[in-house]
Amino acid sequence: MRLKLEKRREPSMAMVVVTPILAVVLTMLIGIVVFDAIGIDGQRAVVDIFLTPLLASYKWQDVAVKAAPLVLIALGLSVGNRAQIWNIGAEGQYIIGALCAAGVGLSVGSGGFLIMLAMVIAGVVGGTAWAAVPAWLRLRFNVNEILSSLMLTYVALQVLGYLVGGPWKDPNGRNFPATAPLAPDQGLPILVPGTTIHLGVLVALILPFVFWAIMARSVFGYQIRVVGAAPHAARHGGFDSRNTVWASMLIGGGMAGLAGALEFSGILHKIDLGFPSGYGFTAIIVSFLGRLHPIGCLIAGIVLAVTFVGGQLAKTTVHIPDSTAGIFQAMMLFFILASDIFVRYRVRFTSSRAKPVAGE
Amino acid sequence: MARLTRRDFVRAGAAAATLPMLGTAARAEGKLKIGFIFLGPIGDYGWTWAHNKGREAIDAALGDKVETIYTENVPEDASAEGAIRDLCNAGCKLIFTTSYGYMDQTLKVAGEFPDVKFEHCTGFKRADNVSTYNSKFHEGRAVLGTIAGMMSKSGTLGYLGSFKVPEVVLGVNSFALSAQRKNPAATVKLVMIDSWFDPPKEAAATDTLINLGCDIVTTHTDSPAALQILEQKGLYGFGQGADMSAFAPNAHLTAIEDIWGPYYISRAQAVLDGTWVSADTWDGFKEGTVVIAPYNAAVPADVAAEADKIQAGYKDGSFNIFTGPILDQDGNEKVKAGEVMADADLAVIDWFVKGVESAS
Repeated sequence: MRLKLEKRREPSMAMVVVTPILAVVLTMLIGIVVFDAIGIDGQRAVVDIFLTPLLASYKWQDVAVKAAPLVLIALGLSVGNRAQIWNIGAEGQYIIGALCAAGVGLSVGSGGFLIMLAMVIAGVVGGTAWAAVPAWLRLRFNVNEILSSLMLTYVALQVLGYLVGGPWKDPNGRNFPATAPLAPDQGLPILVPGTTIHLGVLVALILPFVFWAIMARSVFGYQIRVVGAAPHAARHGGFDSRNTVWASMLIGGGMAGLAGALEFSGILHKIDLGFPSGYGFTAIIVSFLGRLHPIGCLIAGIVLAVTFVGGQLAKTTVHIPDSTAGIFQAMMLFFILASDIFVRYRVRFTSSRAKPVAGE
Repeated sequence: MARLTRRDFVRAGAAAATLPMLGTAARAEGKLKIGFIFLGPIGDYGWTWAHNKGREAIDAALGDKVETIYTENVPEDASAEGAIRDLCNAGCKLIFTTSYGYMDQTLKVAGEFPDVKFEHCTGFKRADNVSTYNSKFHEGRAVLGTIAGMMSKSGTLGYLGSFKVPEVVLGVNSFALSAQRKNPAATVKLVMIDSWFDPPKEAAATDTLINLGCDIVTTHTDSPAALQILEQKGLYGFGQGADMSAFAPNAHLTAIEDIWGPYYISRAQAVLDGTWVSADTWDGFKEGTVVIAPYNAAVPADVAAEADKIQAGYKDGSFNIFTGPILDQDGNEKVKAGEVMADADLAVIDWFVKGVESAS
């Protein structure tokens, strides 16, 4: 008996759907084994990380609020990733988006629908502008966008630190580095009374379908896919690769900025040094776990949010180490990337007694 | 290693399904359940370690009447809210949130659970069921500054800071002023690393301070990483939050120990007695919240005597390092000769005294 990989004529659609699920299940199984090996109740830990957030109704709001920014950012990144444009700096675009929204909200001071809309638009504009820098650098000087977008994240962190510790410091905040809180009527409306589920969660629920429609039906969506899959053919077909770079970077930045603005106006209502919490980086995993598909991103965002919320819970119940949630997320990404082979190849067991092919 | 069967999974699912009911079960037992939200790992041997000692002190003092649970590594962002809410849902009636960055999250959850009492460490926003408490770490810093001022050969001292919040500014100023009482030419080089707990960053920043000519470095971050570097280089430093001499037997001159136990026990007892009321507590040497660890053998007798004098002065109220004249970094007189800064002014301080050189 030996293993043989046979190239499929067409990628297997079944495997595209099955492998992400398999990745999650494998992660759970390995989690149980590893936890037991290090002396933690593995079953309880894995149940708390993956199942309790879904089963315990009081955790749903945490999952929803955590998933929203992940889904939004991943949606934007998936466009770029499909076109093989790698925006690693969504975290920075998220921060700048939130800061722009805060700038509008704090300077206006009054509430109402129009102000909320203005804050959200400011967030999108801010994120887009931040992502425009690596796009321009790439097109003008051929600077690798992976590096420039990542490095701009650290610049964004410095901007945040400067603003909340300097000009935007809350005058009533006892000199702690944080902005003043938004007025109560400036925050996004809460959708489910008594919870923290805000309007931004609904936005994150609707936009994947919008993206799906655009990517599947429009010429633009086709262009993105063709540029990513076959750049030469795309050029031949008259698609401008410069436009693709611009579009995918700006959409990625805009969505990250939107996520930042919604996180600020929906739940935190102020910005302090604890604001950046890595959503922009985790969204990269979400994007790939979701197979760069808008609906996939929605599902993957929820899965990752579950591991965050559950990881926090398991830290209380069985005291798992802090990095566990991160390791699990990385493990899922690893499995999903590794299992790509099953999408393109078929595994065949061949008998070793089989007649050798001529020339072997 | 656990053998997994399908039955295990069914059992795990069933266990998860009962989880939401845990809270009710805990309440029925009649024990007071007390929850802790920790910033770092309880094994940081500093800030969180000291808070966890306080938790253990409650267990030791009140035994059967209480049950304590905790969550480690809770980020100071929106997810803290979920972590605090988890403790409420688990049946906790008294919750300690032990870092500044949980302030608004604590107040928000407190609004949802009016029958739960909250204790927020180092914050300033209170409610009917939210108290604040803090420790006058800067009193301990005056002892360290005295020792450093007398023992430093170069007169250049290092201060490894976290964030520019009043607590840290107070520590820096107290350290610098105390050192200058003994060596008027002493200067303090300050580096902020934008984190409370990040051992690699703490170590790197310590190297920087040493390269700038500092021969004694004090830290306002939570791990013993700086001390380990100082130990390697044959220089001196101090423990932060707890006695860290085990990590650097030669470099560790002494430490500021945070002793939270007595306060925690008194608050838990108050809840048991039904006498708990919202209050603001800022204790120091006098109340036993700030304690200086045993001096290293390297501390000469005259230095130890001076250090003891500062401690005694704080205990009987005859000494306060924030007594004028005090000049700021630019030489402007901030406190007139003979004037003593009020606690209310100390709590919001945002300027450094003369002789402090911030690297950033």
